[in-house]
Amino acid sequence: MNDIKNILLVGVGGQGVLTASEILSEALMLEGFDVKKAEVHGMSQRGGSVNSHLRYGRKVYSPLIEEGKADIIFSFELVEALRFSKYLKEEGFIVCSNEKIIPNSVYFSQVKYPKDPAGALKTAFGKKFYLIDAVNIARELGNVRFANVVLLGTVSHLMKISDTSMKKAVESMVPPKYVTGNLNAFEKGKELAR
Amino acid sequence: MKKMLSGNEAVARGFYEYGGKVAVAYPGTPSTEILENMVQYKEKVKSQWSPNEKVALEVGIGASFGGARTLVAMKHVGVNVAADPLLTVTYSGIKGGFVLISADDPGMHSSQNEQDNRYYAKFAKMPLLEPSDSQECKDFVGLALEISERFDTPVMLRTTTRISHTKTVVQLKERSEKEGLTGFERNPSKYVMVPANAKKRHPVVEERTLRLAEEAEKTEINRIEMKNNEIGIITSGIAYQYVKEAFPEASVLKLGMSFPLPMKMIAEFAARVKKLYIVEELEPFIEEMIKAAGIPCTGKAIVPRCGELNVDIVRQALSEISHAPQGEEKADTALLPVRPPVLCPGCPHRGVFYTLNKLKAVVTGDIGCYTLGVQPPLSAMDSTIAMGASIGVNIGLEKALGLDFSRQSVAVIGDSTFMHSGVTGLMDAVYNKGSNTVIILDNRITAMTGRQENPGTGYTLMGEETKEVDLEALAKAIGVEHVRKVDSYDLKALKEVIKEEMERPEVSVVITYNPCMLIRRMNFAEKKYKVNEDKCINCGLCLKVGCPAVVKNEDETKSHIVESLCTGCSVCAQVCPKDAIELV
Repeated sequence: MNDIKNILLVGVGGQGVLTASEILSEALMLEGFDVKKAEVHGMSQRGGSVNSHLRYGRKVYSPLIEEGKADIIFSFELVEALRFSKYLKEEGFIVCSNEKIIPNSVYFSQVKYPKDPAGALKTAFGKKFYLIDAVNIARELGNVRFANVVLLGTVSHLMKISDTSMKKAVESMVPPKYVTGNLNAFEKGKELAR
Repeated sequence: MKKMLSGNEAVARGFYEYGGKVAVAYPGTPSTEILENMVQYKEKVKSQWSPNEKVALEVGIGASFGGARTLVAMKHVGVNVAADPLLTVTYSGIKGGFVLISADDPGMHSSQNEQDNRYYAKFAKMPLLEPSDSQECKDFVGLALEISERFDTPVMLRTTTRISHTKTVVQLKERSEKEGLTGFERNPSKYVMVPANAKKRHPVVEERTLRLAEEAEKTEINRIEMKNNEIGIITSGIAYQYVKEAFPEASVLKLGMSFPLPMKMIAEFAARVKKLYIVEELEPFIEEMIKAAGIPCTGKAIVPRCGELNVDIVRQALSEISHAPQGEEKADTALLPVRPPVLCPGCPHRGVFYTLNKLKAVVTGDIGCYTLGVQPPLSAMDSTIAMGASIGVNIGLEKALGLDFSRQSVAVIGDSTFMHSGVTGLMDAVYNKGSNTVIILDNRITAMTGRQENPGTGYTLMGEETKEVDLEALAKAIGVEHVRKVDSYDLKALKEVIKEEMERPEVSVVITYNPCMLIRRMNFAEKKYKVNEDKCINCGLCLKVGCPAVVKNEDETKSHIVESLCTGCSVCAQVCPKDAIELV
């Protein structure tokens, strides 16, 4: 059982959480693992909290990650990283995009968006917390749409997923004219993990 | 070849591989992607959306009578709509293999209840298969078609959200055609269920159920995985996966076919273990039948009946064998802002609900994206029960409370839901001389399930152009004399028209129109708004339209529009008292 790895992807509807999970799961299947990827779609296309559970190993039974068992929390938004941080295992990592998306709910409730969620995560998780300025890095690489692949680079380096499978998965899932740009973004993300 | 497939993709693939010819559905989470994925096999499989689940099932019955291997898919509550034909086609039987996919939603991720549709299989007297992953989804579709033809019965394949929406590795095969099932043969004693014929069919059904119980003893999808003889667990569907992970050393009887049950196999398994547990999601469907057979076991006394299961819940429930610590304190994340599903930026429904809130209308609602109008700050929905119910409930309120109430009230219903089952409610309103106001929120698509075509959109599932239902003409043909169309982004017009029609002591229909912002084939104009900070007085009125694109700036002194999210719908600009929201 101990050979099973768990990646929990979280973010906000519209950020590309499900696509990133799709790329990772494809790469892991190419690596020869048994893979399960669980998510829920149907309600709300944009703006709601979204998550995808990705588990792989020799033989995976449950598709859902238990609290305290995630090897990585891969977050596209700071408050979502905080919300799901209880899923992280002791020796796990959080890889998070430096993005704040403020839900409209804060204007009609006592609960406000935290002032410094990145600071809170840094205090709680120290070196296990990787804050990646993915959108700006992607902008420098020529297209903000590469941001998720920057993050994928960091995650795949930390999880020791082979480059060959990751690149093959990226190539099979992005439009041909963006392949080179995405592969550059992937390399950049890997560098940030070192 | 191996591929990662969701349960829904695997069901579609299985139907293709096992010679399926006709697939029919009405979209409903978590079943929708089955038919969406069937389209890729259009050379071999004819697929279509029907206006509702009852029609879908009837189309399926006809296709099967014509000798085609047939699949009909729907969400759990959809089977309620289709129950009438379902409970009789199990009497008549079929010709081409017939599989009904019931996609249940334990935990209600996107549903109004969490009914356990396995009871429908027992109620309708049809065999029931429960896959545990995508490979089984694919294999069980083939098995279902084969059992269907061999026993002359429709077969239910019941999935749940975690099966439908989880991708697992699947081994693909080539398609094999099913030969020898061509043409419709007249056979009134089988196909015409008048009492004289139905009376003869009922004993056939009972005898068939006995033979199916024998089949359940033999089929390899019911299997014992013997480990130690202290603990035995009988389980099915996704619960099997949780059990295997939580209790790797327990002996397990996995039921792939859970109606009728293999009672001899169960008795034998029970005799081999010291303590017998039943772990199933939702209702004690299996447990009740085992207890009725006089076999002692423990199930819902310890396994929760509400919501989904998972490994942790199963481990806690069976803590007497797992020794799991109970009631462990979890880290406190309660002070984070909630991020519930919301109407998208630019959603054409936003202005309508903003207006209904301002008018303080009592709103009988319906099922679709627009049900999200219940949430603050829009807070403009007062009832939601079932597809199409908005109109009937509105009529009933008027019957109980009279015209004065009706003047403060509207029914809201989406275009797809109106065609699904709202149109009969509208007939009732006219026929029984109501004074109801019905707002049809026409966004040109079945949106909530992920944008599927419907009889109003002008396209079929297969992507062909077709005729469009003319909602205005339809309402008039029913006898509604006051039918008005309003641009759903025009707040002033919305308020005027809705107010007038609410006050009118006759039935009226207001069609608010604008397409869903996410319809891919539409070419939306590139327009953005921004806040002119010199004019903004930070009154917060723009935030009350509840748009994800409208926020406050960093120090909360002005409103701010997130450029990447803004679609230029202009609703926030219209509510600004200082005209501070301007086109970029």
